[in-house]
Amino acid sequence: MNKLLLIVGGSTLVYACLAWTMGVWPGIELSKLPAGPGVEPLTALQSEGREVYVANGCSYCHTQQVRPLDADKVFGRPSAPGDFKYQTPELLGSERTGPDLTNIGARQPSSVWQYIHLYNPRAVVPESIMPSFNWMFAVVAQAPAGVTPVSLPRNYAPAGGVVVPTHQAEALIAYLAALKQPALPASEAPSASGGAPSATGASSGAAPTTAKASAAAAPVASYDATKGAALYTANCSACHQASGEGLPGAFPSLKGDAVVNKDDATKHVDVVLNGLHDARVSGVVYSSVMPPFSGTLSDAEIADLIDYERSSWGNHGAPITAAQVGAERAKAK
Amino acid sequence: MQAEATARHSDLSEKDNRALISVFSAYTVTATLWLLFATGVGLLIAFKFGAPEFGGGAWLTFGRLRPIHTNATFYGFASIALVGLGYYVAARSCGTKLYSAALAWTGLVLFNVAALAGTVALDLGYIDGDLEYREWPWWIRLIFLAAVLVSAWNLIGTVARRSSADIYLSNWYIMGGTLWGAIIAIVGVMPWYQYGLGQVAVSGFYMHNAVGMWFTPLALGVIYYSLPKLLNRPIYSYALGVFAFWTNLLFYPIIGAHHFEFSPLPWWLQTIAIVFSVAMLVPVWGGSSNFLLTMRGRIRDLIHSYPLMFIFVGVMSYLIGSTQGTLEAFRSLQQVWHLTDFTVGHSHLTMYGIISFVIWGGIYGLLPLATGKKASQLGMALHFWMALVGCFIYVTSLSIGGTIQGLDWMHGLPFIQSVIDMQSYYVGRGVGGLLMFSSHIVFGWNVWRMCYGTGAVASPLQALRAEESVA
Repeated sequence: MNKLLLIVGGSTLVYACLAWTMGVWPGIELSKLPAGPGVEPLTALQSEGREVYVANGCSYCHTQQVRPLDADKVFGRPSAPGDFKYQTPELLGSERTGPDLTNIGARQPSSVWQYIHLYNPRAVVPESIMPSFNWMFAVVAQAPAGVTPVSLPRNYAPAGGVVVPTHQAEALIAYLAALKQPALPASEAPSASGGAPSATGASSGAAPTTAKASAAAAPVASYDATKGAALYTANCSACHQASGEGLPGAFPSLKGDAVVNKDDATKHVDVVLNGLHDARVSGVVYSSVMPPFSGTLSDAEIADLIDYERSSWGNHGAPITAAQVGAERAKAK
Repeated sequence: MQAEATARHSDLSEKDNRALISVFSAYTVTATLWLLFATGVGLLIAFKFGAPEFGGGAWLTFGRLRPIHTNATFYGFASIALVGLGYYVAARSCGTKLYSAALAWTGLVLFNVAALAGTVALDLGYIDGDLEYREWPWWIRLIFLAAVLVSAWNLIGTVARRSSADIYLSNWYIMGGTLWGAIIAIVGVMPWYQYGLGQVAVSGFYMHNAVGMWFTPLALGVIYYSLPKLLNRPIYSYALGVFAFWTNLLFYPIIGAHHFEFSPLPWWLQTIAIVFSVAMLVPVWGGSSNFLLTMRGRIRDLIHSYPLMFIFVGVMSYLIGSTQGTLEAFRSLQQVWHLTDFTVGHSHLTMYGIISFVIWGGIYGLLPLATGKKASQLGMALHFWMALVGCFIYVTSLSIGGTIQGLDWMHGLPFIQSVIDMQSYYVGRGVGGLLMFSSHIVFGWNVWRMCYGTGAVASPLQALRAEESVA
């Protein structure tokens, strides 16, 4: 009997101590962490949206943790402990079959896009393998007052009637819109010394290289078409589409657009740097919001991107240089 | 001492013997049904990576089926199968009857009620958070905890009735595993220290320990009994087995945080986890070399016995999969593989390659000894080869694909490029999955033959040896 007690009791006691030290105790301590500056609890509708997110297992494909690695810079600043104060249950996730959503409210502020994408992701991203959540929508003959129907491209729209979101979908989109990282105070920001993060992208080298390139008075505008195309895919094509034609009624076309083809690129640079809302293009007013890219792309990257747009799909805008972007950026300050 | 333990056939009364056999059979049969369900769901969601519109609507959406697949595999199939094997191993190696057949049946009902309720709840969208392997609503997890406690009590009671002074090593693992499993379930379900980042720490602990301190010890217990039994030869080094037991117990619980490297969890917590992930090589290499040395020079027996082949694959997966786990924990490699499908490959190499193969080896080796009915050689061959080849294709596809995914991100390509690059590897996963699922159908047929069939007594080799042992 003593032997049984020794093996069973001894090993269980050891295990219980280790479970306390590595599971429960860190849990107790970390549960007490205060909220970081600017981290707010969700509103009632947003929390409801979070429940929809959890119930449908969104975090099995979308993480909500930005790691302090170059690969994660596209998703925002590195997550800080104070970001998670109001996040129970936690949604860090373990797989990134789809992109990280920590900062999606800032990265994709257009609810018009979010509704189309939720209804059928392939309507805006042809290569997407995310399931359609069309069961969170209803098809009605006419949208009730105050409800905007989802502006689906024709080949994804139902044969008759219009598509309107259910309350579930509205809550979910409200939650996604609320996912914005508050800026860290300079003292806390990891490696914030370099100033503007030259984050994204297509640069095959590490990020610092791009930063240097833009700082050191741009090595003349030899426009890098590969980089430009990759930057466009990563940042623009979700709305403006790979064809540059946008989606009628939802996102304006860049193909043949007056701003893109005008030789004076001031307006074009301004829109990419600072974003746009309620744009009137060729007589149509677009309610989608375009996010600003001044915080995430360097001057050189924006120049490559804009040159790509100005020379693709039959466009003939005069090319620009990183220096021009730098000048515009300075003006905006 | 241990040669006696694995050979002991006991002087059980016919009634007690029948009670043990029907408990073992019933656990195996319900586990098999859960295996078929869980991997059927797994196959469906594997197809969704290539055909995202396949199976629409809320009830069949990927995000609800994914936790149904993992939980049904963990708590339906693997838990029930291992506890059933545990009862048989404990009673036989102690030369006694079950402490209580009624408790065993109660446990079986509780396990099944929990798995059924959990599956329905998840499909209806009732979930306690996308917290890996503990998604079931808390009250369902309490039912599961009750089932584990009942099993632990019953197993300890059985070992307490043993006829010898010593306790065979298998029973250390089996009793330990159920008690540790209960602690894991308690830590996972209590709410008071699970807010925000605190819950992340608990998630790291839970998702890792559920695999390594619940399933692995029970599976190791099954190997320590079945291998000497099937080979009719004592384990190579009993002392090495004891050493691996204690080192595993000391190192494994510490490494959960390596699932959250580069996260905002305290850096020291992540670093300790990495250090002990390396330390885990000690029990893993110790345990697997002990098994391989037990098999030394018996290649002919091995290739003529599918139960041994299943266990051999389980041991090799233990060696390779766990060593891979140590490598994955290094920050330099985690940087590439973390959050990619490489992780999914790893979890299948371990939960499928180790746990499931050991379960099958144990069932094919021990169930015929209990019921006196055997599965056909063809049935076992079909199961073995389809499962092995399927798992190989599955794991290889996701390991290569996951590496490409990680490199795409490191090279700063647009995210969608990593989705496009995975397509052919997702096809590989589907093909591997189809083979694995097909092998489970054959397994179902084999289980039917071993429980209710009219087959002859177990294969000549085993039956002969079993007779010798009794004598």
